[in-house]
Amino acid sequence: MNHTRRNFLKFAGLTAAGLCVASAGSIMAAGAGATEKVSEKALKAKRWAMVIDTKKVGTKEAIDVLAKACHAAHNVPDIPGKQNVKWLWADGFEQAFDQPNNFMDESLEKRQFALLCNHCTNASCVRVCPTQATYKRPDGIVAMDYHRCIGCRYCMAACPFGARSFNFMEPRLHLDLTKLNKEFPTRMRGVVEKCNFCVELLAQGKQPACVEASAGALVFGDLSDPASEVRKVLREHYTIRRKPALGTEPSVYYII
Amino acid sequence: MLEKALKGSPKYYMWIGFLLLIILGASGVYLMQLMQGLTITGMSRDVSWGFYIAQFTYLVGLAASGVMIVLPYYFHHYKQFKDLVIFGEFMAIGAVVMCLGFIVVDIGQPQRMLNVLLYPTPNSILFWDMVVLNGYLILNVVVGWTCLECDRQHLPHPKWSKTLAYVSIIWAFSIHTVTAFLYQGLPGRHYWLTAILAARFLASAFCSGPAILLLVIMLTQKVSTFKANAEGIATLAKIITYAMCVNVFFFLLEVFTAFYSGIPGHMHSIVYLFVGVHGHHELVPFMWTAAVLGIGSLCLLIPPKLRDNMKLLPWSLAILVIATWIDKGLGLLIGGFNPNPFEQITPYWPTGKELIVSAMIYAIGALVVTILFKVATEVKEETGASQKPAASVEA
Amino acid sequence: MKLYNGGKIITGLVIFLGIFLTPLAYNAGKAAYTQPKLKMPENEKQCVESKEFMRTQHMQLLNEWRDFALRDGKRVYVNSKGKEFEMSLQKTCMKCHTNKAEFCDKCHNDAAVTPYCWDCHIQPEGLKK
Repeated sequence: MNHTRRNFLKFAGLTAAGLCVASAGSIMAAGAGATEKVSEKALKAKRWAMVIDTKKVGTKEAIDVLAKACHAAHNVPDIPGKQNVKWLWADGFEQAFDQPNNFMDESLEKRQFALLCNHCTNASCVRVCPTQATYKRPDGIVAMDYHRCIGCRYCMAACPFGARSFNFMEPRLHLDLTKLNKEFPTRMRGVVEKCNFCVELLAQGKQPACVEASAGALVFGDLSDPASEVRKVLREHYTIRRKPALGTEPSVYYII
Repeated sequence: MLEKALKGSPKYYMWIGFLLLIILGASGVYLMQLMQGLTITGMSRDVSWGFYIAQFTYLVGLAASGVMIVLPYYFHHYKQFKDLVIFGEFMAIGAVVMCLGFIVVDIGQPQRMLNVLLYPTPNSILFWDMVVLNGYLILNVVVGWTCLECDRQHLPHPKWSKTLAYVSIIWAFSIHTVTAFLYQGLPGRHYWLTAILAARFLASAFCSGPAILLLVIMLTQKVSTFKANAEGIATLAKIITYAMCVNVFFFLLEVFTAFYSGIPGHMHSIVYLFVGVHGHHELVPFMWTAAVLGIGSLCLLIPPKLRDNMKLLPWSLAILVIATWIDKGLGLLIGGFNPNPFEQITPYWPTGKELIVSAMIYAIGALVVTILFKVATEVKEETGASQKPAASVEA
Repeated sequence: MKLYNGGKIITGLVIFLGIFLTPLAYNAGKAAYTQPKLKMPENEKQCVESKEFMRTQHMQLLNEWRDFALRDGKRVYVNSKGKEFEMSLQKTCMKCHTNKAEFCDKCHNDAAVTPYCWDCHIQPEGLKK
């Protein structure tokens, strides 16, 4: 009797395993013949970078124009208080650059700086993410997959630039639902978000929203190409980056 | 053996009922958090981890309480700890359960939690923390339960359980080290970015963990027939004292490095915690309370006469627990996030709802510990091990 | 052969079977299930893949699209017939299927599944406060 029961269990186990394999096989067989490719229109680079001419956009009002363009393009909610969400914002020299100087040049002391995700080469947020929801694309953009983020906020602790926002609440409660950009999703509560260097616009062959809105004060291009516009601007001006001592190698440069 | 947890005195039932009531009531607030998001907490974009993760960090220390008993027993054959070993292991189970609970309530999308397993990412310390915590839980469940079952049946412990016990001792060190690595590898967070953080975690864990364990064991003696070996208790108190000395010493090393070098980044957090900056003094009274209680606990623990006074010892331990809790459960997290990357202060204080959800996790931990300790004391009563003299038996 | 605790076991089995069969009892006598009528696109006859494929595999396809678009930067899908589509739920799928309630929800409601797509993605009919 024992024998038959054992045989029965073996048979049942094998059948179950077989069913699993069969169903997995059918999934893999799906979509046969289909391929995927990069769009011909897409802008391509080995390493995207941005140069911000702070002499041209150096006031709160000027930077707000960029922030508005960015936030409208990405359906970023406007939440009052310290649980707010922002992709691009303005702050002073001391706050931005961690190198306070007394007796500073008056214009510099009053100047505001556009701050955003630095898309660091050695991004600490990418290093710490336990699910690869934040990852580095081959073109240098630090991107996020909001579908996969578990909301542990380790990346926020790891980011030395305060560039990450957590959706503490339902973001749609703080969006004008009639004015959403229908080409782009919103986020849901419980995930982290940040600037994506407008990866969705680059894929359509367009420049980032803030660059478009900056009237030439922001330059965007391929850092690895010596002939690119960003490299030309970097050759001609004195630029600094935020917190270079931390070794994260930001991709956002500031003309001082 | 679990059936032993089903029968008890009316007081036992009342305590279990009380814990279940807290769990049930507080889970309503947790449901609210699930529906509304973490906005019900006091956390912000600048202080993005708060009370939950701080409790997790502190309780990792409690999980290691057992190792200060298990290590002398297995590595040095210190027999006086024989009857305490099981309590150390069971306390570790309760502590790890609470640790995992605090992580679950802290994350924004708990239903996606298993993404950590679906997309394993070895470069993330959080991945390793998940591995070591779950590993430690399994080790303690297997070793503790097997050994207790063997004791009950008057059988020798199986050889493999001893091997696993050795593994669990080494493993206990890993859970602190990895939890400290969670913090100390982050660029730009100066209060955490220090090589001694892991060592501080170990020292703080090895004093506060056994202190809580000893307090719970003293309580267990009151409500059961269990009687711990007096020499064992005295030795454990000595271990706690040494660990607390090292803990305070390590903190003073931090203070020296920060203030003698005079580097602003290194000083800022400590200044914020103990003096306050930019008009923010939220944590100053707490940190000084911790400092005074920490030194006070040493004054009560270092002199052998005071330490061996069993009437005084619970108070000394309680003071020590409060001091280390403020240091690790409040100061470490809030001080690490302040000043924020823009050299500003964003005050943080847990909301009532946050505390209620935390109470839920603590109640779950207390329930686990109560049930496991109940089983352990009943087995010891059955086998006649470490019992009070007949006259003093009550309840 | 003797059945120990027979009374309790049989009572338990009867209760179990009773609960287990409630859905059948509940639906007894009701009309048979019919597939919902979906509102199909007016100007487009052919989806990115065959109807049968889409019916059974659209969730896998969307999962793959997400990973290709976000992680590999490959946003163009070339189907088995060589036709190209942008991999985008909002910009491709919902441009033809212009009404989520009349299309997606119909089957999802019947199957009692609530995919969280629309927690972030914006349905073509817009969002209401």
